[in-house]
Amino acid sequence: MKDLDPLVFYVVFSEMLGPLLWVLALLAVGGLIAFAAVLRCDGGLVSKRLVRSELIGILGGFAALALMAWVTLSGFSDAGGPVDWLLIGVIWGIGLVGTTILAYTAQGLWDRYHGKACARAD
Amino acid sequence: MSKSPVQPVLDRRTLLRLAGAAALGGVPLAAKASGPGPVATKARIVIAGGGAAGLAVAARLSRLVTGATITVVDRRKEHFYQPGFTLVAAGLKPAGYVVSSTAEYIPAGVTLVEERVAEFDPEGNKVVTESGQALPYDFLVVATGLQLDYAAIEGMDTALIGRDGIGSVYAGPEAAEATWREMSRFADTGGVGLFLRPNTEMKCAGAPLKYTFITDDYLRRRGNRAKAELVYAANNKSLFSVPIVSEKVRMLFQDRGVKVAYDHVMTAIDPGRKVATFKTPDGPAEIKYDFVNVIPPMRAPEAVRNSPLGWRQGPWAADGWMEVDKATLRHMRYPNVFGVGDVAGVPKGKTAASVKWQVPVAVDHLVASLAGQTATSVYNGYTSCPLITRLGRAMLVEFDYQNNLTPSFPGVIAPLEELWITWVMKTMALKPTYIAMLRGQA
Ligand SMILES: Cc1cc2nc3c(=O)[nH]c(=O)nc-3n(C[C@H](O)[C@H](O)[C@H](O)COP(=O)(O)OP(=O)(O)OC[C@H]3O[C@@H](n4cnc5c(N)ncnc54)[C@H](O)[C@@H]3O)c2cc1C
Repeated sequence: MKDLDPLVFYVVFSEMLGPLLWVLALLAVGGLIAFAAVLRCDGGLVSKRLVRSELIGILGGFAALALMAWVTLSGFSDAGGPVDWLLIGVIWGIGLVGTTILAYTAQGLWDRYHGKACARAD
Repeated sequence: MSKSPVQPVLDRRTLLRLAGAAALGGVPLAAKASGPGPVATKARIVIAGGGAAGLAVAARLSRLVTGATITVVDRRKEHFYQPGFTLVAAGLKPAGYVVSSTAEYIPAGVTLVEERVAEFDPEGNKVVTESGQALPYDFLVVATGLQLDYAAIEGMDTALIGRDGIGSVYAGPEAAEATWREMSRFADTGGVGLFLRPNTEMKCAGAPLKYTFITDDYLRRRGNRAKAELVYAANNKSLFSVPIVSEKVRMLFQDRGVKVAYDHVMTAIDPGRKVATFKTPDGPAEIKYDFVNVIPPMRAPEAVRNSPLGWRQGPWAADGWMEVDKATLRHMRYPNVFGVGDVAGVPKGKTAASVKWQVPVAVDHLVASLAGQTATSVYNGYTSCPLITRLGRAMLVEFDYQNNLTPSFPGVIAPLEELWITWVMKTMALKPTYIAMLRGQA
């Protein structure tokens, strides 16, 4: 871990996650595309749906932390310094944003699937 | 990592001529260094030992040269991810976590001879395997690791590991698991927990310290710390070869209530009486234990010790560590021989992390020799040790030959701070990094 070559990062992550790396990457890309599609259809963000998604997102943040604790065999009293809190914040943030976008998109697609027309965001 | 396409730099006629020269035992095996592509050569390269260092060398070499005959010699079919032994002995991972096979990392085009090297003959440029097969070479990389000398401790036998309070994290995956069972039992009952390190060079000098901290943590988690006394027997007057780290560990031991017996070198064990005997400046001393993590003296493997490859004087002569240049890993007396990994007689750094930084340098020099050039890369002694100080936290200790701390993430991950992020690296990223190193990708 002396120099940080992005390629090495990629190699290490693919060694760590195996095919899951691609599943996660596809989920992220697919999620973003679907999100963009829902946004375009609605002409913007539907605030009621967004609030609901954000609530789910908060749970998603904690789920990301729980996953991390499980993978690293550690608990919640282990943070020892500022960089640990930063890491916890980043993991929580990624979980929050990721879950919010996915939840929002899923609701949008659900509405479409059930035959509702595009919502008119104001 | 991108694979550069094979670009033969020599035409066939030149190759044939070189092959002829090689067959006659001529040394100049390649005529021209490649630019970006691999170096064409007919050299026979033997790699003795297919552990961390041997496999990493094979992977790297096979990308940088073309036409060479590369042979890895190692009898052991399994490959052990040894840094994981500590996690197995901590009850966090099953033994299977650290076991894979040597063959799966052998790069295409490289031959694996599943035998032990019985004799190194650097004068005759060959190694002889235990079955008597002679493997002549133009270049030799010795990567045989080291030998755990349990027999040097009177009364000790690896068959005792996992019985009557005797553990030994080093002896292998099963031993690490058996050590966990004994340590866990001790964490339930309390008593005297005895920890130590040998008075020789050793791989991962942080490992005995880690296990002391882990045991302390289990005792606390199970509410039995008051019922236990933990003793760390240091082989000399320090706890770690890097003074600033030694001082930090001293403070942590004081904080955790671990007693230190300095200048104690284990010489014997009496499993019946549960007593370990130590050599001290005041004569032999006995310490009773209810749990002990035995770490034996470590030396170069027998075949290396019995060869002309070892240091002939100085601190590394007695245990047969290879006499290599500490900056290039090239043998001081046999320029076509390199020593990489634990077997190298260099200050510090018997870790997988050092292997990671030694291999590119040694290979660079070897390939430059093939190309008739001189390489300039230098290994500065970098090594690293994520020193676990309790479950869930570790200190990232990185240093070089000069005992300088060489933090990879200065200002972000402080070297002597107990952090969760370092633990996260140890449990998540280290094994993938190690495996990527075996494949020559990191
Ligand atoms: C408990 C423990 C914890 C550790 N923790 C860490 C850590 O946290 N971080 C870290 O960086 N490092 C750690 N290490 C150290 C690391 O595992 C070693 O430094 C590394 O494996 C050295 O690589 P090597 O190739 O020199 O030796 P090895 O990986 O041991 O390989 C040597 C190979 O040579 C073969 N061999 C031996 N004799 C012969 C012969 N005569 N002929 C042919 N082949 C032979 C063996 O079969 C073996 O396959 C730890 C080690 C242990 C035991």
